[in-house]
Amino acid sequence: MRITCPLCGPRDRREFYYYGTDDYLNRPVADAAPTAWDDYLHNRDNPAGVTRDLWYHDMGCTSWLAVTRNTVTHAILKVEAVAPVTGGAK
Amino acid sequence: MRYSGFKVITEGLFGNKGWKPAWRDPAPKAEYDAIIIGGGGHGLATAYYLAKNHGLTNIAVLEKGYLGSGNIGRNTTIVRANYILPGNSEFYSHSLKLWETLETDLNYNVMHSQRGLINLFHSDGQRDAFARRGNSMINQGDDAILLDREGVREHLPYLDFEQTRFPIYGGLYHPRGGTARHDAVAWGFARGADRRGVDLIQNCEVTGIDIENGRVVGVQTTRGAIKAKKVGMVVAGRSSQVAAMAGMRLPIESHVLQAFVTEGLKPVIDHVISFGMGHFYISQSDKGGLVFGGDLDFYSSYAARGNLPMVEHVMEAGMTLMPMIGRAKVLRSWGGIMDMSPDGSPIIDKTHIDGLFVDCGWNYGGFKAVPASGLCMAHLMATGESHPVAARFKLNRFATGHLLDEEGTGSQHNLH
Amino acid sequence: MRIAGKGHIDRTKPLRFRFDGVEYTGFQGDTLASALLANGVKLVGRSFKYHRPRGFLTAGSEEPNGMVEVVDGNHHTPNVRATMQELYDGLTARSQNRFPSLKFDVLGVNDLLSPFLSAGFYYKTFTWPRAFWEKLYEPVIRRAAGLGTLVAQHDEAAYEKAFAFCDLLVIGSGPTGLMAALTAARAGADVILAEEDAHPGGRLLSDGGQVGGQAASDWVAGVLAELKALPNVRIMSRTTVTGVYDDGTYSALERVGLHLAPRTDLPRECFWRITAKRAVLAAGALERPVVFPGNDRPGILLASALRAYLNRWGVVPGKRITLIANNDGAREVARQVMAAGVKVAAILDTRENASAVEDCPVYLGARITATKGRLGLHSIEVAHKGGKLTIETDCLAMSGGWNPTVHITCHLNGRPVWRDDIAGFVPAPNAVPGLIPAGACAGDFSTAAALAKGAAAAVDSLAVMGIAATAPDLPSAEDAPYAIEAFWQTPGATGRQWLDFANDVTTKDVALSAQENFRSVEHMKRYTTQGMAPDQGKNSNVAALAVLADVTGRAIPETGTTTFRPPFVPTSIGAMGAGGKAQGFAPQRLLTSDQASRDRGAPMIEAGLWYRPSYFPKPGEKTWQESCNREVRMVRTAVGVADVSTLGKIDIQGKDAARFLDFVYTNTFSTLPVGKVRYGLMLREDGMVLDDGTTARLGEHHYLMTTTTAAAGLVMRHLDFVHQAFCAGWDVRFVSVTESWAQFAIAGPRARALLATMLDRTPDLPFMGVTDVVLGSVKARLFRISFSGEEGYEIAVPTRYGEALFRDLLARAETLGGGPYGMEALNVLRIEKGFITHAEIHGRVTAYDIGMEKMVSAKKDCIGKAAATRPGLIGAERQQLVGLRAQAPITAGAHLFRAGDRVHRETDQGYVTSVCWSDTLNCWLALAFLENGRARHGESIRLVDHLRDIDVICEVADPVFFDKEGAKLRA
Repeated sequence: MRITCPLCGPRDRREFYYYGTDDYLNRPVADAAPTAWDDYLHNRDNPAGVTRDLWYHDMGCTSWLAVTRNTVTHAILKVEAVAPVTGGAK
Repeated sequence: MRYSGFKVITEGLFGNKGWKPAWRDPAPKAEYDAIIIGGGGHGLATAYYLAKNHGLTNIAVLEKGYLGSGNIGRNTTIVRANYILPGNSEFYSHSLKLWETLETDLNYNVMHSQRGLINLFHSDGQRDAFARRGNSMINQGDDAILLDREGVREHLPYLDFEQTRFPIYGGLYHPRGGTARHDAVAWGFARGADRRGVDLIQNCEVTGIDIENGRVVGVQTTRGAIKAKKVGMVVAGRSSQVAAMAGMRLPIESHVLQAFVTEGLKPVIDHVISFGMGHFYISQSDKGGLVFGGDLDFYSSYAARGNLPMVEHVMEAGMTLMPMIGRAKVLRSWGGIMDMSPDGSPIIDKTHIDGLFVDCGWNYGGFKAVPASGLCMAHLMATGESHPVAARFKLNRFATGHLLDEEGTGSQHNLH
Repeated sequence: MRIAGKGHIDRTKPLRFRFDGVEYTGFQGDTLASALLANGVKLVGRSFKYHRPRGFLTAGSEEPNGMVEVVDGNHHTPNVRATMQELYDGLTARSQNRFPSLKFDVLGVNDLLSPFLSAGFYYKTFTWPRAFWEKLYEPVIRRAAGLGTLVAQHDEAAYEKAFAFCDLLVIGSGPTGLMAALTAARAGADVILAEEDAHPGGRLLSDGGQVGGQAASDWVAGVLAELKALPNVRIMSRTTVTGVYDDGTYSALERVGLHLAPRTDLPRECFWRITAKRAVLAAGALERPVVFPGNDRPGILLASALRAYLNRWGVVPGKRITLIANNDGAREVARQVMAAGVKVAAILDTRENASAVEDCPVYLGARITATKGRLGLHSIEVAHKGGKLTIETDCLAMSGGWNPTVHITCHLNGRPVWRDDIAGFVPAPNAVPGLIPAGACAGDFSTAAALAKGAAAAVDSLAVMGIAATAPDLPSAEDAPYAIEAFWQTPGATGRQWLDFANDVTTKDVALSAQENFRSVEHMKRYTTQGMAPDQGKNSNVAALAVLADVTGRAIPETGTTTFRPPFVPTSIGAMGAGGKAQGFAPQRLLTSDQASRDRGAPMIEAGLWYRPSYFPKPGEKTWQESCNREVRMVRTAVGVADVSTLGKIDIQGKDAARFLDFVYTNTFSTLPVGKVRYGLMLREDGMVLDDGTTARLGEHHYLMTTTTAAAGLVMRHLDFVHQAFCAGWDVRFVSVTESWAQFAIAGPRARALLATMLDRTPDLPFMGVTDVVLGSVKARLFRISFSGEEGYEIAVPTRYGEALFRDLLARAETLGGGPYGMEALNVLRIEKGFITHAEIHGRVTAYDIGMEKMVSAKKDCIGKAAATRPGLIGAERQQLVGLRAQAPITAGAHLFRAGDRVHRETDQGYVTSVCWSDTLNCWLALAFLENGRARHGESIRLVDHLRDIDVICEVADPVFFDKEGAKLRA
């Protein structure tokens, strides 16, 4: 498995750490309802097909990446750095 | 038909013509008292215990492929009861007791072999953590022995005690731990359920769950609609897809776990050995293959196959621990789809829909749980109440914080 | 029998070798199989279940019978395919899975018992009495099972791993592969040509035909010469592509040293990870046996194997050859055998309407109904459309048609597609992205088609990369039609017809499986073990499938297939795990003080990947405990020095650094004055404690965070995530500086005195202060922090000065009655003070559990704050951190009970995480978690450790046992 890091180019999977789905990007506001936190931390669509998940270029540029991927074929469709995806200051 | 050594001999003398089908191939009926979605180990065991313990025989198991086509047929066959946390401890303890009488109960040799499991540790801190575990096991009424380095050497003289990267301080020995023949467990439960009247329906994929006014009323399948007031989803590996048919979003992420078997070798490894520091565990099957595995590939996947980095990591771990296996040749590798939950423990619970039950989240420890999972899921479906040994496997425990996190790695599905 | 003038062996180089103790001679270029056959040895193995005598079936890596142990010194390698083992002088091999000898094998009795050993018999018996399974039945079964023996000693041989990259990977070097490689090479692409055999050429070498008007082997030599001269081509012979993984990653096994007598300067094997932009699969096809009663006897082999032995090695394994086939291919084999001067007794053609015109008898509509010859074939019974006859024959060659070698196209879950016209499976379209199967492995069996398809596949592959290639002129070659009529088993025959030779699966087993309703192809496989042997069904799966389809009344495509999975050939753990042996498994991280500590005799222990000193023994000290007690006393009364460089250090800068720290820590760092240090607690987003440590404010926009040793990498990743995911726009940047600084703790009442002897000015740091200092000419940082409860400092210098500073600190400490202290003393010191480590914050613990809930600021959000308020994570039923005091030895890992309660899970009150003997307080101390523990200080509690036979009443206490007010700390 190879991931094309937007900064470093195509790299072997072993350079990357996997976290989970991009649900982790949508952190609820501090006083959100408990169900929002439950969804954020635990509940998942977990599709058998295209998903977007988060990878960390641990052995490379230390970018967190959002990878659009097929969980059935392992085809990688798109790789973006997380920072521009989530935008600027909050 | 009852199996026995005598029967094997008499059938052998007459050309083995008299063996009857292990189970029937019934056409689905229009309605059942209960439906179990999923003809894997857990689903078949659920059906078996529904029939045996609760007298519920007008039930069907719906399997989209062949019986036992999921993880029951692609695991590394380890059976153990060595948990720390209340909730897990009593459940797996109960399961092991069921294993110990399973063959008589099923009249089927699942080759459950209590050859002993040794968990190695490599530091004082790990010794303390394993001591805590061992004491939990004994407090639960199970067996555990803390071995020092020389104690491990007596059992496993072939480990590399001198040079291995993480020196062996000792091991937690669980003599009642062992292995079983995975397919036989599925077949034994299938045959047992069928003999009690359960309809096992293969090549029947559930495509929808019918819900009216918050109650389940049946399912849609590739072989037509089937009615039932009780439906159990027992489909680890596809849990999220099936639950989605009922509009549910489960706390499950699917991951691939690879395993490996070598060519047959004469007996050389008697125990089940677990090398946590290297994410490596191994045993030898009765056929002679070394059966071993490691950690998840770590990315979510439904592909039932993995990639090389974990393959190599597992082999490297084997080489640092027991370099005698260097000349054994890997014959086959495969992957299973793991239902990973956020605390590493399973779910056996009702859902918010009346009559709809869920048994999922087995992470990579589902094989040993098969008898107790079936028993507890059957109890839940029959009585509407959780079985006492599965009372903590609640669906809402992540929301409430009543977690069962054996590894302490937290709400990241792939870390358990 | 060797045939003069045939074969690519060097008859001027004889090689001596031994098999089962008998010495033989072969030639350079032989395999062990060809050499044994040349010496008339037909019996080479015993089957897995019935221990039937067996000879070679094939000439390749798919060999199911001819597996031997190859001996080197006092070690040996089990399950070596003699067909793949190249001969070298002195090679010693022996047969396996037999006792006492290959000719007389006691377990041969299993063959007579076969009616009782039918498919799955073991599921139906051996269950009574229960205790007999582990004690009797299973040990007997285990000893009977298995093939070769694994030596129970370390494999000291060398293995390697390597990476390679290319534009085009060509898998296989027969006519297809050579043509693909040539096409791509001429176009300038980077090409890797991988060939399993020692010599590229594939069936062009073993078939003995012509290409382009010259001997095929000469044409091969010409192409190879051109390829070898090109810098963009890498020819990897003795290299089997074993697996396909995602995104153009292929695994391959190279046999580097196995064809030579064992040498210390050569690895046995190299495991390759090849990344290819595109690939052409030119793996050819494997011939199928014909299924008839007694088809497994020594002397019965594949027609393609006979042809290979003749043309590659000049060997014909018999004097009177018979062939049986369901296609035209065997005819050419018969002609070549006759041309070599060997008698062909007959050609048995299962087809009714084939040509009968050959220079030997041809029987059409033929069936073999029985074979004779226990240790070697001597006759067969034949029925044909003209009648019946017995044929005296010592070698029977079979061709049941060809299976395209689709295996690796299934590795990504592709399901092969059935083609009735060739009675075989071909790869599914686009089964592996970027890989084009061509030639025989795609169902095109003629040499001419292979050449054309190979060239076309290369042109297509390169076009995707934007490289224009043109197919070379195609040489003339054999272009015969295949003309096969499926023949899956011999109808109406009695006697066992073998499908899977290695696992002893017969057509009866498949029928029985269907009879018992194991009708799914996967059920049949698992019930009968068909295809689960070392050849993974390469020789038998398709026939077994056809038999299953027949007995269940289904068509073959409807019956389905089992799945081929990696590796394509069995691959040694040593090769795939190369580099992992001994210390190679994980990096070793050494402190700058490592040598200095070892010089003082300190045992070094693992702390994650680091090595840290356990204690520093003094003359006369007999136990670690004595040394530890002394070191603790030393720190409490004088001064001790410890290397704490393993702690993670993260340098954080930027205008929003303070704000960022407020977000990742539960407590507030924006209010920390410059020049001060604060203890911080960090949670995971699920509310559990992630890590703790001190963070210093070095400037308005500059902090230095420390993490625990264990969590250094974890915290760094966490910070990167929080920053990039939630506040990428903030002005904050950070980098790990763990390895840039060596840092030493100086602790004890004389710590300040020690520092005064070496610094440019007397340090006048308040507790939790930080300042820059100069040591000689080296800029250093001095922190006043303590993990011991004593007045403590930590001094940090650039790593290159670490060892010098450590040695200097020790020398100075010793003049003050102090010295170094190790992990054991460090642990005692921190337990006495109630300081936690990851023994306590083990991932299931909240701030509330450790009594730090007040450190979770109410004024701001932070990571983990919301989830920590879940009802299950607060309340009296949680187990809370307490101290325990005991007068008798106690242990970490023990559990806690109320005195008088039954000891059981249900009455379990908590557990012990850390324990030490405190010489300072003259008792045993522990940190523990106890239900509602904070409200129970002063209570007595029973500590039980079954494993170490400890049952002690302890006093529950505040976890801070020593100097609770911190007077010494702040002195």
